[in-house]
Amino acid sequence: MPIKKGISGLGRRTINAVWRLGVAARFFALTLLYSATAFRRFRLTSREMFYTGVMSLIIILVAGMFVGMVLGFQGYETLKRYGSESALGSLVALSLVRELGPVLAALLFASRAGSAMTAEIGLMRATEQIDALELMAVNPIARVVGPRFWAGVISMPLLACIFSAMGVFGGYVVGVVAIGVDEGSFWSQMQSAVDFRQDVMNGLIKSLVFGVVVTVIALYEGFDAPPTAEGVSGATTRTVVESSLAVLMLDFVLTAFMFRGD
Amino acid sequence: MSSQTLVELRDVNFAYDHRPILKGINMDFPKGKLVAIMGLSGCGKTTILRHIGGVLKPTKGHVKVDGQVMHELDRQGLYAMRRKMGMLFQFGALFTDMSVYDNVAFQMREHTDLPEEVIRDMVMMKLRAVGLYGTQDLMPGELSGGMARRVALARTIALDPMLIMYDEPFAGLDPISLTVVGNLIRSLNDALGATSIVVTHDVQESLKIVDYVYFVSNGAIIAEGTADDIRASGEAFVRQFVYGEMDGPIPFHYPAGDFRQSLNLRT
Repeated sequence: MPIKKGISGLGRRTINAVWRLGVAARFFALTLLYSATAFRRFRLTSREMFYTGVMSLIIILVAGMFVGMVLGFQGYETLKRYGSESALGSLVALSLVRELGPVLAALLFASRAGSAMTAEIGLMRATEQIDALELMAVNPIARVVGPRFWAGVISMPLLACIFSAMGVFGGYVVGVVAIGVDEGSFWSQMQSAVDFRQDVMNGLIKSLVFGVVVTVIALYEGFDAPPTAEGVSGATTRTVVESSLAVLMLDFVLTAFMFRGD
Repeated sequence: MSSQTLVELRDVNFAYDHRPILKGINMDFPKGKLVAIMGLSGCGKTTILRHIGGVLKPTKGHVKVDGQVMHELDRQGLYAMRRKMGMLFQFGALFTDMSVYDNVAFQMREHTDLPEEVIRDMVMMKLRAVGLYGTQDLMPGELSGGMARRVALARTIALDPMLIMYDEPFAGLDPISLTVVGNLIRSLNDALGATSIVVTHDVQESLKIVDYVYFVSNGAIIAEGTADDIRASGEAFVRQFVYGEMDGPIPFHYPAGDFRQSLNLRT
């Protein structure tokens, strides 16, 4: 009997997950369909960019700096074993531009801006603000979701670039200023190792994809949150967990496509 | 549908997951009148409002507003109809990230191309109508419950709707705010020449202002009439509801099994 119960429970959960995925896909399609407002009234989108992008700057700057500094230490330690300390610049830059910049910026973005988006929209739903919009003949997806979606999609690559730039600076501070790696080789190795199309563009594409995924998850969870305190808190937690896992899994998939044979 | 009727519900049935919520509701809301829908919490009152607003579709029957069957309208038609309606939500549903001014101006900016100076004058007039001129720079969090409800009322009437729906407008208000909001509902209805529907369980306050009352219980109409008819009604449910009596057809206890048995007591 417990086996039968377990199997039926598993089946129910699977059906539920597939159903939610379908609803989320429909939500994403509607968001794209009703995106005109976000561009026609760009003021709405730029306002959201302030809340999601600009307000995330501090955490991105600080985290980028520290990650870069740690890379400086760890990279120097490893490279020294092979007598290649001068390659520190390329190691720091490639790690950041290809992987750490887009991935860590997306994880931070999910926890800082994504959770805030979910909580805000969830509370709008709970306090009937979304219903009020519908009854005022204002499409909530066009007015509330669209501008936030595009703000997230535009902000994410910019934040990833800032993260990487700050990380490179952190690596420079530790590698060149503190440890004493040659400044000329630090920058020149970096310049010759980093390819614009292979590394920078691929990193940008990654962060763009992460921006879409994290923002859609955050908005959908908020929009779909049960209108209770427990419902909103659960939705906020799901946003952080689901988007973090999605970012890490997608990173693997994208990396496999982009850098195979390198 | 007579030309004097703005909203008509005919044999409206509705169910959530096969659980019937509305069972064959027939209602008429004449133009210019203030009509109340009363009943206990969870009896289906708000569901009726949501059908009139076109948010829900009946499983059987239809809702006609201004001659149009709501569930047959496409999205554009529905939005065009909703522009002629206003709804006051139970707790106001003000946009918490906007000031009082921006809340009242919201629909004017969304649905019209009016210049900002005209919008400003209209907002001030609406706020004056609800007695809150001077609060335009406050945020919703700085308002008391009664004030928030009045700001929401100003937002509801922003575009002079032909139909105004009120979902529990008296819930959680102090006695003074209660009278103020009650009088406002009546005077706005008459001043705008609108038709108003008030969903409420506040009997005494609503009977003072309404023209007609529908009593709903378990998703069906069990009584209707003018305020005087209701006060004089001999119907046991209506009497218990109007006079707040403990004894009557509405039981105090939730329907459950034998309590004595659950305590293992011998009968």
